[in-house]
Amino acid sequence: MYQTTYHRASSVDEAASLFAKGNEAKFLAGGQTLLPVMKQRLASPSDVIDLGKIKELQGVELSGDVLTIKAGTTYFDIMQSGDVKKAIPAIAHLTSVLGDPAVRYRGTIGGSIANNDPAADFPAALLALGATVKTHKRSIAAENFFQGLFTTALEDGEIITAVSFPVPEKAGYEKMRHPASRFALTGVFVAKTKSGEIRVAATGASQSGVMRVPAIEAALKANWSPSAIDGVSISASNLLADIHGTAEYRANLIKVMAQRAVKAAG
Amino acid sequence: MSTVKLTVNGKAVAVDVEDRTLLVQLLRDNLNLTGTHVGCDTSQCGACVVHVDGKTVKSCTMLAGQADGANVTTIEGIAKGDELHPMQAAFRDNHGLQCGYCTPGMIMSAIDIVHRHGGNLDETTVRQELEGNICRCTGYHNIVKSVLDAAGRMKVSQAAE
Repeated sequence: MYQTTYHRASSVDEAASLFAKGNEAKFLAGGQTLLPVMKQRLASPSDVIDLGKIKELQGVELSGDVLTIKAGTTYFDIMQSGDVKKAIPAIAHLTSVLGDPAVRYRGTIGGSIANNDPAADFPAALLALGATVKTHKRSIAAENFFQGLFTTALEDGEIITAVSFPVPEKAGYEKMRHPASRFALTGVFVAKTKSGEIRVAATGASQSGVMRVPAIEAALKANWSPSAIDGVSISASNLLADIHGTAEYRANLIKVMAQRAVKAAG
Repeated sequence: MSTVKLTVNGKAVAVDVEDRTLLVQLLRDNLNLTGTHVGCDTSQCGACVVHVDGKTVKSCTMLAGQADGANVTTIEGIAKGDELHPMQAAFRDNHGLQCGYCTPGMIMSAIDIVHRHGGNLDETTVRQELEGNICRCTGYHNIVKSVLDAAGRMKVSQAAE
């Protein structure tokens, strides 16, 4: 790891002003991605601004039909939250298959979406549920937030403070886990909103990061059941291909994971 | 350089380290607590697992500065004098190790597993929960046996306290 200067912020305002003073500063949430990347010398921030101890970034709130998860809430705390289990159990399930116990104690929802790894789990949940990302400056719809591999709508120095999820009628998430990294080889989040809209998002599959899957949405709109997806054909063009799986394999995984997710959603 | 103040195995320490120092480096290089191992250095293998404020953490993936003010427990801090922690005793009795490299991390993770699940532990849960700890010798069979054995012992010792 190259030299850096560590700062611990005690409020969002302090974090923003520390960032502005840095030359090439980076925010540190749980550090489960940023620190490995810094150790590989793929990132060399002049300053690291730790958001981990900011109280206003911690916690889960359920208010009517909106579940709000503050950005610094760890995967473990999300998984254990009674409000999450009650309002959107698919999110509790998602966190339980993310990383491993030690990673879940440190990693945060804000860190995951700010990084926008093409195989991360949370981007699929945000996109399928039509969530809103709150920053210390504005609100951004999930549709507009994710902009391709490791790219988001965040401006330099903008801090995610929370994610708000409209509580759906039903939702499910299933993924094929890479056995070593535990990232999604492909993961699919399906949701039926309270107004009856069907939204399906896939992660780990596309060369452009998390994506909606309109063909499966149409099939599920006609008939909300795993078998409705049998006849859907998913094109392999623009899907990821690597040593772990071909584009055709991932195209098939999108269908299979969507079917399992619908089954889990009930 | 910064001064990091933390409690390690019950003892308050203050250490001057570069800001890029990882918690595992502070423990091993500055405090000579070499029981915590560095295996993969990519947060996958779990050889470096310690407890930070009661939670398991891969200490190769945490800056020393992030642990400022924290209460850290390493493998050196779990026995009571000459009396092994029930998890250590169970690993010894069940031959839950061969080369021993992964063992400190296995034991620290396993203690957390028992604390979270209490008496509801079964083999499937243990295997699932140990997914962040990699052993390349044993095939896990005796490790799982050790954790299940220790879960019983820890229940008994808790009840006695």
